Amino acid sequence: MLKNIFILIILLMGTITSYTQQVKKSEGGNFLLKGGTLYTITRGVMQADLLIKDGKIADIGTNLNAAGAKVIDCTGKRIYPGFIDSGTRLGLAEIGSISLTNDYSELGDFIPHMKALTAVNPNSVSIPVTRVNGVTTVLAKPEGGRFPGTGALIDLHGYTPDQMYAGAEAVLLNYPSTGKRGRWDRRSDEDVKKDAEKAAKKLDDIWDKAVLYAKMDSTARADKKNMDSYNPQMDALLPVVRGQAKLFVEVNVKSDIESAIEWVKKRNIKAVFTGMAEGWRVADKLAAAGIEVITGPVLSIPGRENDKYDAAYTNAAKMHKAGVKVALRTNDAENVRNLPFNAGFAATYGMGVEEALKAITIVPAQIFGVADKYGSLEKGKVANLFIADGDPFEMKTRISHLFIRGWNVPLESRHTLLYDEFLERSPGLK
Amino acid sequence: MKIKIFAFALGLFLCINVISAQTGDLLIKNATVLTVTKGTRENTDIWVQNGKISRIDRNIPAPKGVRVIDATGMYVMPGIIDAHSHIAIDAVNEATAPNTAEVNVGDALDPLDVSIYRALAGGTTISHAMHGSANAIGGQCQTIKHRYGTTDPAQLRMEGAPRTIKFALGENPMRVHGEGNKISPNTRMGVEQIFRKAFSAAQLYMKAWDDYKKGLTKVAPAYNLRMETIADILKGNIIIHCHSYRADEILMLMNVLRDYGINKICFQHVNEGFKVAPELAKFGATASVFADWWAYKFEVYYSTAYNAAILTRNGVVTSINSDSGELIRHLYHEAAKTQRYGDLTDDEALALITINPAIQLGIDKRVGSIEVGKDADFAIFNNHPLSIYAVPQMTIVDGIVRFDIKNDPEDIRVDIDPKEKYATYYEDLRNHEYYGCMSGVMELFMEESYASYLRYIYSKNHTH
Repeated sequence: MLKNIFILIILLMGTITSYTQQVKKSEGGNFLLKGGTLYTITRGVMQADLLIKDGKIADIGTNLNAAGAKVIDCTGKRIYPGFIDSGTRLGLAEIGSISLTNDYSELGDFIPHMKALTAVNPNSVSIPVTRVNGVTTVLAKPEGGRFPGTGALIDLHGYTPDQMYAGAEAVLLNYPSTGKRGRWDRRSDEDVKKDAEKAAKKLDDIWDKAVLYAKMDSTARADKKNMDSYNPQMDALLPVVRGQAKLFVEVNVKSDIESAIEWVKKRNIKAVFTGMAEGWRVADKLAAAGIEVITGPVLSIPGRENDKYDAAYTNAAKMHKAGVKVALRTNDAENVRNLPFNAGFAATYGMGVEEALKAITIVPAQIFGVADKYGSLEKGKVANLFIADGDPFEMKTRISHLFIRGWNVPLESRHTLLYDEFLERSPGLK
Repeated sequence: MKIKIFAFALGLFLCINVISAQTGDLLIKNATVLTVTKGTRENTDIWVQNGKISRIDRNIPAPKGVRVIDATGMYVMPGIIDAHSHIAIDAVNEATAPNTAEVNVGDALDPLDVSIYRALAGGTTISHAMHGSANAIGGQCQTIKHRYGTTDPAQLRMEGAPRTIKFALGENPMRVHGEGNKISPNTRMGVEQIFRKAFSAAQLYMKAWDDYKKGLTKVAPAYNLRMETIADILKGNIIIHCHSYRADEILMLMNVLRDYGINKICFQHVNEGFKVAPELAKFGATASVFADWWAYKFEVYYSTAYNAAILTRNGVVTSINSDSGELIRHLYHEAAKTQRYGDLTDDEALALITINPAIQLGIDKRVGSIEVGKDADFAIFNNHPLSIYAVPQMTIVDGIVRFDIKNDPEDIRVDIDPKEKYATYYEDLRNHEYYGCMSGVMELFMEESYASYLRYIYSKNHTH
């Protein structure tokens, strides 16, 4: 009897194991990528082996040997650092039209303390869908209101937000806009202007208070005391007011960009301008002011009817040529996988492949202050990279392996699983 | 002074109209010709006479007085066709009843819409200007040629194109009528009954007229344009283009159509078409899909970007559409996505935006491939159009160059307000909302729940 039960248990365990094996898990350990062409971004293109150890790029060189490392033959293949999308709702948005599945827009106009990282869902179905095109890292950011919250840079791997956190946050500001929100926006031009002026005054008030708050906080600290009030909004702005962190300013319309340049200068704020649909109109001023830019989606229609049809395609290139540091974003949720194609369009419309690659690797890493760990294939950096059989901007190219923090992540998603199941459906018609 | 301006405006008006009325003569030299239906031909010339392709050959001698386009190193493909769009119309949804078959977006054409030019700049020469998806039976649609420059709405119409009508299943008609107006349909069950009721009523209507014509009844039935339109569907004179997402609702409509002997159907969006590809193929239904849109609402949560590939491999005539003023500008890129998601060949991928949508619109005898006798609609690229590095150089409609990258005006608007240096800036740059399926609907429901939905769609643009 006991023996029978024992056999039954063994059988049951067997079944369970075989079921769990159907789910592909990420593979840890050390990997030696042999014989590939490395697109290092910062050190040119080279033929070399790359060793992944303890989640890092442990070595790059010819004829590397590493006992115990799994060897992946990369002959004829290219290796790129993982792509970084500098602005998304990934992890914060699940099903567009169902508001309760969306966590990127908290109520309130002045809520910089709302932290995106809190609401990132590591199991969002969109995350594996995004990885298949080589995107390993994104800024997940809140939207809406004047100060919509604080975005978080996350790696697209891990089971908790803390595991995913890539070491950078971004306090966001929506600069008052003089543009219309859409064709349904029936406000007169005068009303639009008035609204923007009112909003600008309110913004100034907030900032004055934040500066004052920072002084009070410093004084309190000098006296080894705590502030005797709970003010999380102001606390969230402290690093920005003190110049220890950048402020990410969403601004698109030409005149608003000009006004924002003056505003951050006057306030002595270290700013990154985001959106920047009309950055091309003021590229020289941006370059002179030394303002870094995150723009996109590249695949957008122009903001004004009289603009050239390719205004959005050429925008990044024009700013770059004027000397502005430009990173790209999709500003998407479920289709962040189109980041390399947005970069491809920017490359085609004047930026060139090399600079477009930088705009989704090393440049965002620099903007977010994590270039010591991310954005290129260099010894000591985090092993976020992928192996492709060609140019990753071209749709025919296949990506065979993708590593995030050294984990060999299966390139499987809802989309590939449905393909596998339904390409040849069985039963078919009968 | 005023008279001068008037005379100038009149002159401009006449001039533009004369141009658009023309069909052109051209000789394209030394191109790589992607015929789509008959392979790729290197170093080949195309001779166009009166807006039609008259000869495809090597070394065609240049006829006297005919414009020669040197396409050395260039790729010429058929003008791109978009089977689902809402550009060039100033009304999209007659969202007042679950069945509004009598209305026609062809009555609301807007030749001044700059989106037409932007589409041309992306190689798209024909689009299917559709009614929206608010109603189970929406309005009739209009296949248009992108003859940008004309100020005459009638000149946008593709003469001789078959009639089409918009149907819609699932969340949109349920939301607008059930949730919004508190009338059926509120569920997919209700949506089915809208169709059965409409077809049955039209059958009775037809019989009443037959009886009258045969002299069996003395009094003529009341003329009803809605009934007439549905009757024309039953007679096979109108192709149905049905907004759909889920597999179950797709099967439902095929069952309904089978019961009424209707077989001309193209399913639009059809995100779950891949699940019922064998059934679609057996019915002879076609499918017009997005390259990769999904997750913007629950009925597209279980989607795959491999949809087009699965449908194609299962023998369903498939196209990739835009439903957007943005995507319509790079459908060549959207089609290329099927090479990453499903390994389609170059010809299969190009067919998704040329001959296949032409079949779905019933215009494949005239357009959709480069063949002698067909309309001279071309898109000329500097690289293979399925490459990310392809830039459209020239777009030709009926032998007339409508876009030329070397001659791209600083301001392309036809109706320029002289007081305005710049046009208004709109924040929503992807602008799907303006040209999407639910345009003009959500304003009708400004209660809070709808207002919040509105905020969502206006921020996310996905209204399909």
